[in-house]
Amino acid sequence: MTLEDAPLVRGNLSFHDVTEMVAYHTEKKTPFGWYLAFGAALTALGILGLSVAYLVWNGPGVWGLTNPVFWGWAIVNFVWWVGIGHAGTLISAVLFLFRQRWRTSINRAAEAMTLFAVACALLFPTFHVGRVWVIYYTLPIPNQMAMWPQFKSPLLWDVFAVSIYGTVSLLFWYVGLIPDLATIRDRAVRAGRMLRAKILGFFALGWTGSNRHWRHYERAYLILAGLATPLVLSVHSVVSFDFAVSIIPGWHTTIFPPYFVAGAIFSGFAMVQTLLLVARKVYKLENLITLDHIEKMNIIILVTGTVVGFAYITEFFMAWYSGVEYEQYAFMNRATGPYWWAYWIMMSCNLIFPQLFWKKSWRRTIWLSMAISITTNIGMWFERFVITVTSLHRDFLPSSWDYYSATVWDLGMYIGSFGLFFTLFLLFLRFVPMVAIAEVKGVMPQADPHFYHGHGDGHAMPHELAQYQQDANVQTAGPAASDADDDGIPDDPNADDSNA
Amino acid sequence: MPQLFPRRANALPTVTLFGALGGGLLLVAFVWYYLSPEFYEVGYAPEQPVPYSHALHAGQLGMDCRYCHNHVEQSPHANVPPTQTCMNCHGVVKTESAALLPVRESWATGVPIEWVKIHHVPDYAQFSHAAHVNVGVGCESCHGRIDQMEVVYQAEPLSMGWCLECHRQPEDHLRDPALVTQMGYLEQMTEADIQQNRERIEREGIKPPQNCSACHY
Repeated sequence: MTLEDAPLVRGNLSFHDVTEMVAYHTEKKTPFGWYLAFGAALTALGILGLSVAYLVWNGPGVWGLTNPVFWGWAIVNFVWWVGIGHAGTLISAVLFLFRQRWRTSINRAAEAMTLFAVACALLFPTFHVGRVWVIYYTLPIPNQMAMWPQFKSPLLWDVFAVSIYGTVSLLFWYVGLIPDLATIRDRAVRAGRMLRAKILGFFALGWTGSNRHWRHYERAYLILAGLATPLVLSVHSVVSFDFAVSIIPGWHTTIFPPYFVAGAIFSGFAMVQTLLLVARKVYKLENLITLDHIEKMNIIILVTGTVVGFAYITEFFMAWYSGVEYEQYAFMNRATGPYWWAYWIMMSCNLIFPQLFWKKSWRRTIWLSMAISITTNIGMWFERFVITVTSLHRDFLPSSWDYYSATVWDLGMYIGSFGLFFTLFLLFLRFVPMVAIAEVKGVMPQADPHFYHGHGDGHAMPHELAQYQQDANVQTAGPAASDADDDGIPDDPNADDSNA
Repeated sequence: MPQLFPRRANALPTVTLFGALGGGLLLVAFVWYYLSPEFYEVGYAPEQPVPYSHALHAGQLGMDCRYCHNHVEQSPHANVPPTQTCMNCHGVVKTESAALLPVRESWATGVPIEWVKIHHVPDYAQFSHAAHVNVGVGCESCHGRIDQMEVVYQAEPLSMGWCLECHRQPEDHLRDPALVTQMGYLEQMTEADIQQNRERIEREGIKPPQNCSACHY
């Protein structure tokens, strides 16, 4: 059996099992562990509040910025968070356009991750300006100054790119949520929890799941996916223009737009992997987010990691090939200068470690996937650090060379941004179906119109129907099959995964 | 399954739509009107330490503006007259007036009168009176009918958009530099004057700057 036709939902689950499995986590009593995690996230959020307040009150001089290195951690973190956010849209939009059915069980969490990562990203360009109270000047609003923003600046494009990206991602996520909100609304009605039902009913917008509803829904979803796809590619390209349109050696490179996008997908998938490997364990979703899903994500990490590695080598080659001494120096400085350690962390985490995934059994190993997803995010943080800082701290004039090191307030903002992210993410896990129930049902074998009818000829053999009824009885009667070796496949030797 | 919401919930989409549209329009109108300098600057008339009346001095007595604001043609700064200027006349006129007591005190002690400034332009915007007066921008264009003000108030918003309006179409505001202090000129301005201004702008090469460095250095 190849990876392509492996069943997407394991454990011979029925439609009802899937609903139960996902909706239960929004309905049960809040577990103690969630409070612990939420407390930690709120603490970090407090650090964010403190860092922002201190920063705004005292000015950006509290950061470690120096005259040549005027972009430090704030921009590094901005690009890093935006990059993280990109995998969510890639999973929900690009993979949707490519009819990748395996996206269904991970897209909800990935889109939520996008939204929260974009929220974290927006923190940094907002607060790294010296005067945050006039940041509305960046918006083209008619005003008493008769003044307009400069549309030639990629920093202005950032404003549009990221705000549009955030809006479209939110709409996409919300449209996808409507049928699932209706599901848990109906479950709340049945359980007699009327306040909950009304709140959910408000957000479900009166969804009844009629044929007409679904037709509109599918069309809207397709259009949003079609709109979000060029957004994914352009938003991070725009972010890369912040650097690429400058004249700094090490920044002025035409390879940046595709290379940044590849890096965004690379780091974004790694973050999805990190989050989902934990979530599937904690929330017992191993039958929905299977080892095959993990393997496919690892393949994407491998591919994009290789693209990023290719870009690193291309940059180095072009520096040598250009014959421009400043560019040659910029790259020698990266590998051997005062920030050599950052460069080699980047190279090993991004170029070398993901190559382990060439081996099939390794990319199906949970702990290794976890380890590499984390090293990838470390590596991608250092990629942005290397690009931003090493290019600035030594450029054309040796008289303006300097060393940059972050202060505790840089660190506070960064830790605080995790606080914001996890606060939002934990709220999401608690209150919203973390897997797209309706979409997962759509890819289950039972959703196939021919499922009850043999091999598509419209005539089920009597023994096939009997087998199905027996399966259904087993599913609803007993607990889920045990899965001791944690491979997503139940141990029951009689279970027939193909369901054909 | 029972109905979750009463029948009147059907109005919700309509209400939301019109609420959003109407609310949006209201918000724009509110910001446009109430948050503009035209609303919160124009008409600013604080109480002064001496109840000085421009209507009396410039209006009824017909004093030229430059008698008191005598640096306006030479300096970026149009000065507020020192106590000396007041005492030129009030040394002999109305010497017993109670209202003028602070002036006589200032004269006796040498402590200046603390007039309250009305026309504030922020320090990062540099304005030169001389540059405008000498090219023929009348006092009343920016300060209004001072000759009719019992108490001086701000007549124009002094916002950047307001400045640029004139820098983009100076012909609507210019006059013969000899007439800069004449009040009531604008009301009598005709299309012929504007045409004359256009010719003068052409002839004299008057180019009101619209770049940043003109005012913001």
